[in-house]
Amino acid sequence: MSRLSISVTLALVLGIALVMAVLNLALPEGAALHVPTYAVSLAGKYLSYAMLAVAVDLVWGFAGILSLGHAAFFALGGYAMGMYLMRQIGTRGVYGNALLPDFMVFLNWKSLPWYWHGFDNAGFAILMVLVVPGLLALVFGWLAFRSRVTGVYLSIITQALTYALLLAFFRNDMGFGGNNGLTDFKDMFAIPLHADATRSGLMVATAVLLCAELLVARYVVTSRFGKVLIAVRDTESRTRFLGYRPEAYKLFVFVLSAVMAGIGGALYVPQVGIINPGEFSPANSIEAVIWVAVGGRGTLVGAVLGAVLVNFGKTILTGALPELWLFALGALFILVTLLLPGGILGLLSRRRARPAPTTPATEPAE
Amino acid sequence: MSLRDTLLYVDGVTVTFDGFRALNALSLVLEKGEMRAVIGPNGAGKTTMMDVITGKTRPDSGQVVFGADTDLTRLDEPDIAALGIGRKFQKPTVFEPHSVWDNLLLALAGDRRPRFTLWARETAEERDQISGILQTIRLAEHRHRRAGDLSHGQKQWLEIGMLLAQKPQLLLVDEPVAGMTDAETEQTAELLREINRTRSVVVVEHDMAFVRALGVKVTVLHEGSVLSEGSIDHVSDDPRVVEVYLGR
Ligand SMILES: Nc1ncnc2c1ncn2[C@@H]1O[C@H](COP(=O)(O)OP(=O)(O)OP(=O)(O)O)[C@@H](O)[C@H]1O
Ligand SMILES: [Mg+2]
Repeated sequence: MSRLSISVTLALVLGIALVMAVLNLALPEGAALHVPTYAVSLAGKYLSYAMLAVAVDLVWGFAGILSLGHAAFFALGGYAMGMYLMRQIGTRGVYGNALLPDFMVFLNWKSLPWYWHGFDNAGFAILMVLVVPGLLALVFGWLAFRSRVTGVYLSIITQALTYALLLAFFRNDMGFGGNNGLTDFKDMFAIPLHADATRSGLMVATAVLLCAELLVARYVVTSRFGKVLIAVRDTESRTRFLGYRPEAYKLFVFVLSAVMAGIGGALYVPQVGIINPGEFSPANSIEAVIWVAVGGRGTLVGAVLGAVLVNFGKTILTGALPELWLFALGALFILVTLLLPGGILGLLSRRRARPAPTTPATEPAE
Repeated sequence: MSLRDTLLYVDGVTVTFDGFRALNALSLVLEKGEMRAVIGPNGAGKTTMMDVITGKTRPDSGQVVFGADTDLTRLDEPDIAALGIGRKFQKPTVFEPHSVWDNLLLALAGDRRPRFTLWARETAEERDQISGILQTIRLAEHRHRRAGDLSHGQKQWLEIGMLLAQKPQLLLVDEPVAGMTDAETEQTAELLREINRTRSVVVVEHDMAFVRALGVKVTVLHEGSVLSEGSIDHVSDDPRVVEVYLGR
C-alpha cells in the first residue's frame, strides 16, 4: 500500500463524490449529465460498504484475524444511527405518538425502554455509534485473544457472534423493531432526509470519512505498531519471545476496526433508509471478506476497490438475475482464491513487487 | 561458586508429553558471564529445556531460578523476555516481510506496549544501535532487504542480531550453525565469543568442531537429563557419552 496508491484512491473517492454531488444538485433533472438522486445514494451505500471493507482488511490483512462477524459492528453502528433517526420522526409516525416509535405503539408498550433514552440527542447517538461496536469488540476480543483463540476457531466464534445478534434483533421484545427493523425515517439533524441536498451531502460525508478512515488505517499499519502487528500476523509466537504481547496488539486493532465498521454502518442507514436484523446475517460478514479478497488483502486500497466493484456487480446482477447472485459471489471467491491470491491490486503490482529470488549471495550491494 | 554468581539455576525440571519424559529431573547451573555448550543426540531435550526457560513450556515439576530469586516457571514469554532472556530458534525465525533494518528495530530493547509503538519515531540513538549491530552481524549492505529473501546463514545471523538488539543478560542459542558453510561457522563461533564478553550464553549445537572451537564447558544431555559435564575433551572421553553417540 504505497503512498501513491493511497493518494490516488483519496483523490478518486473525493473527486468522484464531489462531481456526482455537483451534477446532481446543479443540473436540472432532464439534463444529459444530471446524476439522479438514487444513484447518489447508491454511491453512498457503496462507500459505506467500503468503510466496512477497510475495517475488515485492517484486522484480516494486517493482524491475521479473519473476522467473519464484522458486519455485526457495521449493523450495531447502523442501529445506533437508526434509533436517532427514529426519534427524529417525532409525531409524524403513523400513530402520531410523540413519545414512542410506531413499532412500540403497535406492541402496546407504554413507555420508552431505558436503552432508548438519549437517542433523541444527535451527539449522544453519534457517541453510541462509536461506543457500542467498540465496547463489544473490546469484550469479545479481550476474551478471545487472551485465551489465544486464533485461526479457524476465531473465525467460527465471530460468525457465532453475529448470528447470535441476528437472532436477538429479530425478537420483537428486544425493542429494536424486530423483523422490520427501523425505517420510515424523516429527518436527520432536523434536515429532511429525502431532500437531494441531504442525499448528496451524506454521500460526500461518507466519502470524506472513508478517506479519513484510510488515512488512520494507513498510519496505524505503517507505524512501529503496524510493524509489530504484521510480525504478529506471520509469527505470533516469535513476537512473544521478543517481549511483545500479541493479544494487546490484536485487541487494539480489533476495537479500532469495529469502531470504523460502526461508522460505516451509521452512514449506511440514512442513505438506504432502513436497518433490519438481516444486516447481522453471517452471509453479510462473509461478503465483506470477499470484497477484501477480490480487491487485495492487506492493501487497504484494495478493500475500497473490491467493495465498490463487487457491490456494483451485485446491483447489476440482482437487477437482472437475482437468483444468480450468491452463485456468482461464490464463484468469484473461488476464482480469486485460486487465480488471484493478491486480488486485483496484487495483479496490478505484480510486476513491480515481484519477490526477489532467494539466492542472494550474488546480489550486488545497494 | 557462591549463589551470587549464579545466573540461571535449572532445578530438577521434568516435562512430560503424553507420558513421554522429554526432560527428566534436569538440573543445570549457569554462572554469570559464562558460555555453556549443550550437546546431545536428537530428542535429548535440548530445545525443550529452552522452551522451559523461556516460558513456552511449563514443567510438571521443578524450578528455574533466574538471577537471585525469580522463578521463571511462573512467568510467561513476554515477561521472561523483559527480564533479559533472549532466544534464537533452531529454525531461523525472522519477520520475513520486514526489512533487515525493521527486524532489528522491532527487537531493540524498549517499550513494547501498543500505546508506545503507535507513536514511536525512530531515534538517532536507535539508528546508531542498529547500525552497530548490522556491522557486528555483517549484514550492513543488506539493511534494506526483505528478511525473507536472505540466505539461510544470513537469517541465522539476523536472528543473532535481533538477540543482541534485545540486550539480554542471557542468550539461548539453538543450533546457530545448522546449514552454514565452514567459513560462516567459524565466523559465528567468533561472534558468540565476542557476545560472551558482556553476556551469558547457552548454545545448543550438534556440530562438534564448532563446540570445540568455542572452547567452553560442555553439558551433554541424554533422555532429558545431564549425562556428563566438563571440558570438550573430558566429555568426549566419557564412555557413557561415547556409547550414547555411537550406540544410536
Ligand atoms: N510439544 C511436544 N509434544 C510432544 N512431544 C514433544 C514436544 N516437544 C518435544 N517433544 C519430544 O520431546 C523430545 C525432546 O525434544 P527436543 O526438541 O527437546 O529435542 P532436541 O534435543 O532439541 O532434539 P534435536 O537435536 O533434534 O533438536 C523429543 O522426543 C520430542 O519428540
Ligand atoms: Mg532441538
